[in-house]
Amino acid sequence: MPRDQMLHKVQTALGRSAGQPPASAPPVWLRIPEIPVERRIATFREKLEALAAKTAHVRTPREAANYVESVIAGRDAVASNAPYLAECGVTALAGVRTGFTESSALRAACSTTAVGVTSADYALSETGTLVMIASPSEARLISLLPPVHIAVVPLERLLTGLDELFTRVPDPAAITSSMVMITGPSRTADIEQILVRGVHGPGELHVVLVGEG
Amino acid sequence: MPTAYTEKINRTIADADLQLAVYTATGRLQQNRRNVVAPDVLPEYQDLRTQANALKKHTIENLDYYLERVEAAVAHNGGKTVFCRDGDEVADFILNLAKERGAHLIVKSKSMTTEEVHLNDRLEQHHLEAVETDLGEYIIQLAHERPYHIVAPALHMTRYQVADLFEKKLGVGHEVVVEKQTMIARATLREKFLAAGIGITGANFVVAESGAVVVVENEGNARLSSSAPKIHIAIAGIEKLIPRAQDLAVFLKLLGRSATGQPMTVYTSFLSGPRREGEIDGPEEFYLILLDNGRTKLLADRDKRESLYCIRCGACLNTCPVYRKIGGHNYPWVYSGPIGAIITPQFVGVQQDPWLPFTSSLCGACAEVCPVKIDIPRILLELRSEAVEMKTREGSNKWEKLAFRLWSWVMKRPRLYEAASLFASGVAPAVEAGKWVRSLPGFMNVGPVKAWTSVRDLPPQPEQSFRALWRARQGGSR
Ligand code: SF4
Repeated sequence: MPRDQMLHKVQTALGRSAGQPPASAPPVWLRIPEIPVERRIATFREKLEALAAKTAHVRTPREAANYVESVIAGRDAVASNAPYLAECGVTALAGVRTGFTESSALRAACSTTAVGVTSADYALSETGTLVMIASPSEARLISLLPPVHIAVVPLERLLTGLDELFTRVPDPAAITSSMVMITGPSRTADIEQILVRGVHGPGELHVVLVGEG
Repeated sequence: MPTAYTEKINRTIADADLQLAVYTATGRLQQNRRNVVAPDVLPEYQDLRTQANALKKHTIENLDYYLERVEAAVAHNGGKTVFCRDGDEVADFILNLAKERGAHLIVKSKSMTTEEVHLNDRLEQHHLEAVETDLGEYIIQLAHERPYHIVAPALHMTRYQVADLFEKKLGVGHEVVVEKQTMIARATLREKFLAAGIGITGANFVVAESGAVVVVENEGNARLSSSAPKIHIAIAGIEKLIPRAQDLAVFLKLLGRSATGQPMTVYTSFLSGPRREGEIDGPEEFYLILLDNGRTKLLADRDKRESLYCIRCGACLNTCPVYRKIGGHNYPWVYSGPIGAIITPQFVGVQQDPWLPFTSSLCGACAEVCPVKIDIPRILLELRSEAVEMKTREGSNKWEKLAFRLWSWVMKRPRLYEAASLFASGVAPAVEAGKWVRSLPGFMNVGPVKAWTSVRDLPPQPEQSFRALWRARQGGSR
């Protein structure tokens, strides 16, 4: 069996015996800086805008819905099942379809719609990153197939960076089959290093932070 | 060095457009990297490198444990781990699965590991369509070439070549605007994503405790390949393992920065098995293929084992004066540049291309930029001495002369002096002096001086420079 042969080869190469426990691993290296929320907001927006994403910071859920409405601008949209979007009133906006629980229906909707609206599980200030965890509330394709992606994120979910994320979520596999970190619009520079946005994923990304800073 | 190679290299050096393209692209990547690892921007950069090196070392030294660990975790998530010795076994597994599930179309996202085993050719022979979906990979697949660079596969091609290619292969008009070319590829590939039965991705990291693969990319094609089709197959070399998800906080800070100067690439996917109960979309089946293909052989060599720490960031290519001159297609295997020069002989055997470890000026720049601190120059020296021993046994010296001609070509560039000063000032990687000394006599025995003087336009007294360099190296640093 290739499996047993390979393990045996590896053990022989390393001079280890079957079932031998490993040496202790280097300790986990996580450093969470103390950064006030205003600074986190400013850095997050600055980093994202440098990547040509659009950002906004609004105080109330109602204002967030207004912002989303203005971006959708009369086009078709699919919104995720995130409770926060319903809370903001985003799912009640004209032209917004939501409540998909079945893969093929969701895929069909996402392949034709202009805008996907999600609520990221976390945002990372340091790099301008959205963290999307697949669940009954968040599907994978809504932030991927439509050419425009809008994420509505309450301020409590704005973390400093990767270290804080992996402190809160030490092992994503324990809670989901997919955690995707999104940092800016889809892009490529594969031809003559010329930057082009929207190659396979959304070429346009909007992030609305919601709450009193 | 075989004549065919010398001729190819000469052609590359004579091609002014290509020289400019490679020089500009690698120069830009270098600069991008430098900007984001500078001490004022990332004060913990050196600590991160040290930590990454320690983590890789630990995982490699206990690899059998982590292989079993990841296998159990993948099973726990509802997936399956498949151990493959070589490309045949990889292809057999995929072909069988495709047959059983009635899949005819496969979408692939960039994976050097699949390039290594020529997976596409193997699948094509069995009438399976395997489409590369990363824009650069798609272009070189249409052109029937291999990646020019680990990170930027189509780095050598111009928009005009792409226009010709798209016109010929896709039946579209002659389009030279890069934005429009990209949109042509987007539309063509979008259909493939939605029709494919299987998606294949590589893995930048395999997280042992989580049974997860981590894939970084900018385009979204890896996300699509792993989300849209019913089956997701991830292929990784066995050296891609890391112990814990939390270790990603170290590795992710280094990978994007070292590769393209991005603190985070656009998409980083942490994928742990098929779609779960209640989740709305995602694949129904997940397979993790762990490939040996020579890696266990390398693992047995204690002195060179660290070659397996590589996270394929490509920084050593961008910084290497030889790569920048001869480009990516003059290395005999899929991996080019300094990392290619150290792993190719170890994967396929030193005897295959004994000149390869000589394609370096030993300036040390590669080790300096390597995010996992692989001591590439030391390993090159060891491989040289192995190649020389082998050659001595064979009694042939043709390749050696040609290799040195190439080496001297680089050595006589101004960059040499830059390199030499780096060396002397001790910026070059710290190396245990004993190891260098052990390798040197064999290396000096080759008669580099003889080889050098066979080339007409040598810089003044190269032998002296080398000695001076060597003296400085021995005396000038720890
Ligand atoms: S050897 Fe180091 S610098 Fe080169 S590709 Fe691998 S990790 Fe990057």
